[in-house]
Amino acid sequence: MKKGISLRGFSAYRLWSQLPSIEVSRLPDVIMFGAAIALFYGIVTVGHSWFGPFTPSVEISRSIWALPAYAGYSLLRITIAYVLSLIFTLVYGYVAAYNPRAERFMIPLLDVLQSIPVLSFLPGVMLAMVALFPGRQLGLEMGAILLIFTGQVWNMAFSFYASLKSIPREMREAAAVYRFSWWQRFMQMELPFSAIGLVWNSMMSVAGGWFALMVCEMFVLGTRDFRLPGLGSYLQTAASEGDTVSILWGVATMVLVIVLLDQFIWRPVIAWAEKFKVEQVESTDVPQSWVFNLLQHSGGLAKLRERTLHPLGERLLLFFSRREKSENDARSSPAWRNWVAGVILLLALAAIGYGVIRVAMILGGLQSSELHQVAVGLGATFLRVNLALLIGTLWTIPAGVAIASNPKLARIAQPLAQIAASVPATALLPVILLVLIQIGGGLGLASIVVLLLGTQWYVLFNVIAGAMAIPTDLKECCSVFSIRGVARWKKLILPGIFPYLVTGLVTASGGAWNASIVAEYFHFKGHTYTITGLGATISQATDSGDFHLLLAATMMMAATVVTINRLVWRKLYALAETRFRLET
Amino acid sequence: MPSTPIIEGRAIEKWYPQPDGTRIQVVGLMDFAIEAGKIVALLGASGCGKSTLLRILSGLSQPSSGALFWQGKPVDSQVPNVAIVFQSFALFPWLTVLENVEAPLQARGVAAIERRKRALRTLDTVGLDGFETAYPKELSGGMKQRVGFARALVVEPEVLFMDEPFSALDVLTAENLRGELLELWLNKKMTTSAIFIVTHNIEEAVMLADRIVVLGRNPARIRSDINVRISHPRDRKSARFVELVDYIYKVMTEPDVEHAPPDPESTGEIALPPGGLKKGQAPLRLSKYQMLPHARVGGIAGLLELLHDRGGKEDLFRLSEDLVMDVEDLLPILEACQLLGFAWLREGDVQLSAQGAEFADADIQKRKVLFRQAALDHVTILKQIDNVLKRKSDHSINDDFFRDILDEHFTEDEVQRQFDTATNWGRYAEIFDYDRDSGRLTQAEASDVERLQLGPTPSEKSAEPAVEKRSSNSREP
Repeated sequence: MKKGISLRGFSAYRLWSQLPSIEVSRLPDVIMFGAAIALFYGIVTVGHSWFGPFTPSVEISRSIWALPAYAGYSLLRITIAYVLSLIFTLVYGYVAAYNPRAERFMIPLLDVLQSIPVLSFLPGVMLAMVALFPGRQLGLEMGAILLIFTGQVWNMAFSFYASLKSIPREMREAAAVYRFSWWQRFMQMELPFSAIGLVWNSMMSVAGGWFALMVCEMFVLGTRDFRLPGLGSYLQTAASEGDTVSILWGVATMVLVIVLLDQFIWRPVIAWAEKFKVEQVESTDVPQSWVFNLLQHSGGLAKLRERTLHPLGERLLLFFSRREKSENDARSSPAWRNWVAGVILLLALAAIGYGVIRVAMILGGLQSSELHQVAVGLGATFLRVNLALLIGTLWTIPAGVAIASNPKLARIAQPLAQIAASVPATALLPVILLVLIQIGGGLGLASIVVLLLGTQWYVLFNVIAGAMAIPTDLKECCSVFSIRGVARWKKLILPGIFPYLVTGLVTASGGAWNASIVAEYFHFKGHTYTITGLGATISQATDSGDFHLLLAATMMMAATVVTINRLVWRKLYALAETRFRLET
Repeated sequence: MPSTPIIEGRAIEKWYPQPDGTRIQVVGLMDFAIEAGKIVALLGASGCGKSTLLRILSGLSQPSSGALFWQGKPVDSQVPNVAIVFQSFALFPWLTVLENVEAPLQARGVAAIERRKRALRTLDTVGLDGFETAYPKELSGGMKQRVGFARALVVEPEVLFMDEPFSALDVLTAENLRGELLELWLNKKMTTSAIFIVTHNIEEAVMLADRIVVLGRNPARIRSDINVRISHPRDRKSARFVELVDYIYKVMTEPDVEHAPPDPESTGEIALPPGGLKKGQAPLRLSKYQMLPHARVGGIAGLLELLHDRGGKEDLFRLSEDLVMDVEDLLPILEACQLLGFAWLREGDVQLSAQGAEFADADIQKRKVLFRQAALDHVTILKQIDNVLKRKSDHSINDDFFRDILDEHFTEDEVQRQFDTATNWGRYAEIFDYDRDSGRLTQAEASDVERLQLGPTPSEKSAEPAVEKRSSNSREP
């Protein structure tokens, strides 16, 4: 009898594992094949261009037919930068989470790095890379990729670290008592546990990558004019020529690329990541993606996985398990490790000390007029950023609440807002300027519009999410006691959305400071438009190659953002977490 | 046959060093051995350190001092073959049932085919065939714990550790799983040679175990070590079963009294720690501070009312059965009643005191007065708060002051729980008001007086002192 039972177990399992190959579909396979050919062609072309001789002034064509290739180049830069970010994230997060000594300075460092505006890294990174690969286009490409990397990586690293720290104790103990190898722990516990956080942060990061990309593909540094073929340089060229048609084409391409990315990458990945949710009961509302469903049912892909990934994974798993077992007998001496760590720490301290001294020397050499400029700029940008946040909040709260309470409106408005939000503000800047200058507004108005465009979406999404999360019984309670109008807003809606609003505003505030660098200073049709502001100071210093001023202004901005985060947002966050949390 | 125990902890103890150089003792100095062929149950109230002891014996965490021996040899030179079944199951939600069970074998480098064979065989043993490709979230709690069992059994452990394996399940499912576990054990369907189960359920322990160790808390120390000689299958209703359960109840609820041991036929000898069960027996490194049981006022009032309805006296075991409450849930409420002088325990009975009866009879306002009296008479922390608030000119103080006091005696989590209980009681007794946002405790009368003065007659005369008070407030550091 017992044998019969175990046989039934076997057969049921076999049936399940054969399911995918029963529904054979050839379409995905054909698409996959096509994609492979296209990829090969792309690699050859890119290699040709990257390893070609250095051409300091690539002519950027304004032809519509150049757009697909340009979009491809831009996409490739973002992809490479993303892969680098992911690798960095895994290493940094892992070390920070498991080495308490390193953790103590790695996490504050991450916090500060996150607050430094990406674009102020631009001159330093670019010059270093061009110097490293002289005479080749590769240096410039590396510079652009590194810059996008700095725009993407910090929040991912933070998310991974936070996930690792929040793995439940008993799950960790299970891995320990069953003696998982380092690799198995990583593959079966740590990576899956962090997957959802990593996916969402990756989406945000890539959006941030587009923002940086738009600027770093084409810029002037002192007397040198750097250009890379891509969507960003296309838009900038079109804008400085005042070519409205090309700008519109460029923006349209950008939107198309973002929508395609969303459909073919992010949605499938989100649907796939659903299985990593740590939940006791299966949720009913599961994210869907038609691409993911298609891929899952591809017979060829399943076979490919069966032949390549599965055996490879198995080998690795067993290799690490067996290796660690034999290592148990002969453990390496910790004294040796301590020594190496000590030397590394000493070197790092020396480097930091040297850096601090150099910076102090540079700042000491600044003239008082420059310091004055930085201080006034800080004030102006501070006002501008907060004005933009205020306007954003004022319109998004009623709009968000309205959208949330009306399902029909939500169905139309949400995807539109998502697309609008995904277009980087830097790409829209030329369009806005074009319109505003034609109707007689100046950069003063335009800069606030750009800041708004870059930031209000975060607030809107969060308000919608918050308003949707207000429990129905509380709403009904308000109706029963006829709490309406102002009282309803004060007693129910505003406290209900408060935690979400704070989340949105934190992101928006950081984004607005960052966007001020492009919003306050702009080349357009041969003119340079500029207004007083810290962002303008940074851009100007970049343009004129004044590194002392650039350094001072950047440090000022980073310090301001960190201070605001510590003094305002963290406190509001704490308040949102305690007093305004809706217990579930 | 005097064989070496499989696992033996010699002179083990566990403490956490505090920043100020003192230590918080979690497990008191003890020897503990797990022998082959036995189910050992470790009984104790929540937070008494029994899970910590499990983690030390299973090798998951290091004892602060003492040593662990595996088959007579020090444990660091070898890897003990043990497995743990967790209270929260601790399954990997992204792996299927089969993959979850295969994972420990993967860690041991077992090849794929052999691995699958063993995993399927184990799943079959625990009655999970047909669920191989399901994900844990598709399963009910009982099924999840079966996966937990399968994952533990698949490595064929010498000792199977279980940390409250049934307490996250409903009563029926738990009963069913217990029965199946016992069946596997008694019929030698598992290769495991000893089982160590941590529980707070007395009946569960008496049902399963060959040996029951009762732990006292703060820090954990062995209070009683009982060999159970009732043969399987054990009948819950049998006199010997009930007698043993009753005895353990007494040991757990009245630690300071010696109890008449039950019929030695059913228990064999009972090993007590040398020198009896006097308080402060274990080597304590810290002066004792009164520890509040985690009971809410509502629970205390409810129990007193119930006792009053039943004539003021009730058998403890019957009370817990009627209320369908574990001793773990009931014990803190009982302790609170005792602490406040509302009731006392004797010979396994709860007896209402005069104050307790008066409380049960009183209306809402009167109850508050009685509770306040009792609290100020018996509860150290509330006494301290009351004193400080009376002495301070602004009748208010930051909660950090009292957290610091508690910090010297309890772990971080325990400080929070102690403080929560104290605020719950103190607020009810109107000893103080507590503003969670500012973290300030304010004397209740002061604010009430203020309210009264400002409320009905807002004349200038009565408003003045209040204004004065505020300004002195702001001068306070």
